[in-house]
Amino acid sequence: MLRYFFIGFSLLVLLIVSITGFRGWKSKRPPIEIFPDMVRQAKYKAQSESDFYADDRSARQHVPGTVPLGYSSPQVYQPDGPHHDASSAGDVMGDAGPYGHIEFSASPDYVATGRIGNQWGTGIPFEVTAATMKRGRERYNINCAVCHGAVGMGNGIVSKYGLNGIANQQQQRIRDMADGEIFNTITWGKNSMMGYASTIQVPDRWAIIAYLRALQRAEHATLQDLPEDIAKQYQKPSIDNKLPANLQ
Amino acid sequence: MSNFFPRWSNFLPLKLLVSLAVIGAGLVGGVWYYFTPKYTRVGYQPDQPVPFSHAIHVQQLGMDCRYCHSFVEIAGHSNIPNTQTCINCHGQGKVKWDSPRLAPVQESWQTGLPIPWVRIHKVPDYAYFNHAVHVNRGVSCYSCHGAINEMSVVYEAKPLSMAWCLECHRAPENFLRPPSEIYNMEWHPKSFDAQQEMGMKFKQEWNVNPPVTCGGCHR
Ligand code: HEC
Ligand code: HEC
Ligand code: HEC
Ligand code: HEC
Ligand code: HEC
Ligand code: HEC
Repeated sequence: MLRYFFIGFSLLVLLIVSITGFRGWKSKRPPIEIFPDMVRQAKYKAQSESDFYADDRSARQHVPGTVPLGYSSPQVYQPDGPHHDASSAGDVMGDAGPYGHIEFSASPDYVATGRIGNQWGTGIPFEVTAATMKRGRERYNINCAVCHGAVGMGNGIVSKYGLNGIANQQQQRIRDMADGEIFNTITWGKNSMMGYASTIQVPDRWAIIAYLRALQRAEHATLQDLPEDIAKQYQKPSIDNKLPANLQ
Repeated sequence: MSNFFPRWSNFLPLKLLVSLAVIGAGLVGGVWYYFTPKYTRVGYQPDQPVPFSHAIHVQQLGMDCRYCHSFVEIAGHSNIPNTQTCINCHGQGKVKWDSPRLAPVQESWQTGLPIPWVRIHKVPDYAYFNHAVHVNRGVSCYSCHGAINEMSVVYEAKPLSMAWCLECHRAPENFLRPPSEIYNMEWHPKSFDAQQEMGMKFKQEWNVNPPVTCGGCHR
């Protein structure tokens, strides 16, 4: 009798396992939530869906004429005002310096537009330190290198998959271009390149430009540009340039 | 007196006991195996509106997570990229823009309505989670999301249960990485001992102290 019980029991286990499967198996079924009232509370979290608004978004689009939280409020543009030249950028960045807080600025200043008056300005609007360059390199490699390539030759990986016409940043035209115009290209894009206003913070855009300038300079660098102690490593060993005797 | 009970009934109580014990063990085993997030959540892999593949974009193209999940290190929430991020490469006349698989992306770009991605990882609303504090303190995406770079369709790789959070919070040295390898899904410690040694060093140097008291996560 026990034998029949064990046979029946094994069959039952087999049946359950064949229906429910094992841990880690892929499934399209959403996880069960038995009492979901506290688990999914009646509130919106970031990027969640809304059944109240017609477009299903809980995150609302900007209302024209308003300034979203976290953006600096536009200041009245004064042609000779204190916010006008690059050296006063610290005011706009706040006391905490360029990385003290998140910046997606909407102000009309040079730091946020690349323009001084009606013209492109040039120069990085805060002090460029080794940390800025490191940050710039990191951001460049994340955001730009996929298309423009690690040294800006326009040969990033996507150029091999059918994205044509990526600008070569080593060309003379871009070497001569004002920093402000490059800032504008990063922010709003240019022709077939899209802008990065929504993903790269303002100080990071400047850090990228600083790094881009370094890439451009490095492309035509000579030994004399290196600090002496580093240059030494790259000097050819000082053997005289005569061919060995048997080849003369 | 004749045999009132047949002979087999002598063992009946024992047999009943054995059967009940086996059924009990089966029930306990079944609950233990099936009634935890290790079964209910791990492997959840919903169909997405666009067959977006991390294997192509991360592994084949070598893209950094932060190109798309651009706020993961400055915000609590790791954002799903907006449509424009895809259009950077898949815009008209660019990579595979007329592929039928990308039709929902093009439609979203034209109408301005979001792509309805299906969310996979979710902690309950009564628990607090924050990406920035983790990725800036030496915890890699890999520790919590598994080998994303090999997934052509994302699935939940870890249970995200409270026990799982605490497993790391009690011993973060088993998971901490050098800051340069946080976004590198292919980096693995050489051995368990090497990980422990390095983890201990980082834990002390950076003064890592994850909360294990209730108020740390249920705030
Ligand atoms: C999705 C690919 C892609 C990415 C990523 C990308 N670019 Fe571009 N970029 C292009 C293409 C394509 C052009 C050529 C635009 C044209 O002239 O049609 C271009 C042009 C440019 C130009 C020249 C603009 C001009 O005036 O001719 C600059 C400068 C530039 N990019 C900088 C950047 C920087 C800095 C980044 C990183 C924040 C970046 N790009 C990221 C594709 C990309
Ligand atoms: C080309 C853009 C892109 C890149 C690069 C990228 N992702 Fe994603 N990721 C997405 C999109 C779009 C989704 C939503 C669709 C999906 O779930 O497949 C997503 C979803 C995810 C999810 C699941 C989110 C959920 O719903 O719970 C995780 C986890 C994730 N990505 C991690 C990573 C990690 C880690 C990296 C870096 C190794 C990375 N992603 C790189 C675009 C990207
Ligand atoms: C940096 C450029 C880049 C970005 C950004 C990008 N992709 Fe791609 N995507 C590619 C490349 C390159 C391929 C591979 C094409 C191939 O295999 O020929 C690809 C392939 C695809 C495919 C497969 C297409 C097919 O027909 O085989 C899909 C779907 C896709 N991407 C969706 C997305 C989505 C959704 C996003 C936005 C979250 C996105 N991509 C962002 C470059 C990009
Ligand atoms: C300590 C563990 C941990 C680490 C490290 C981690 N994540 Fe997450 N991730 C989670 C949890 C938990 C959730 C669910 C969050 C929630 O419900 O609020 C999540 C959710 C997500 C989502 C989905 C958000 C949504 O709204 O759909 C994305 C995308 C994501 N993570 C990407 C990343 C990327 C990229 C990294 C690495 C840079 C990363 N995560 C590192 C634990 C982690
Ligand atoms: C792989 C390791 C790991 C996992 C898994 C992990 N954490 Fe953490 N957590 C950390 C580390 C490391 C810190 C940072 C401690 C510090 O900054 O000193 C941290 C910090 C935190 C903090 C403190 C944030 C603050 O503002 O002080 C919270 C809250 C938190 N984690 C919640 C969670 C939750 C919820 C989960 C599970 C869904 C989780 N963590 C999973 C490693 C982990
Ligand atoms: C590391 C962060 C963390 C800490 C510390 C923590 N919890 Fe949790 N707790 C969670 C998460 C995440 C969940 C959701 C688990 C899930 O959905 O499976 C949770 C769920 C719970 C639940 C609901 C369980 C259920 O399945 O419904 C209770 C009750 C709870 N926690 C109590 C506590 C108490 C009591 C403490 C202190 C001793 C504590 N928690 C400390 C992260 C934490």
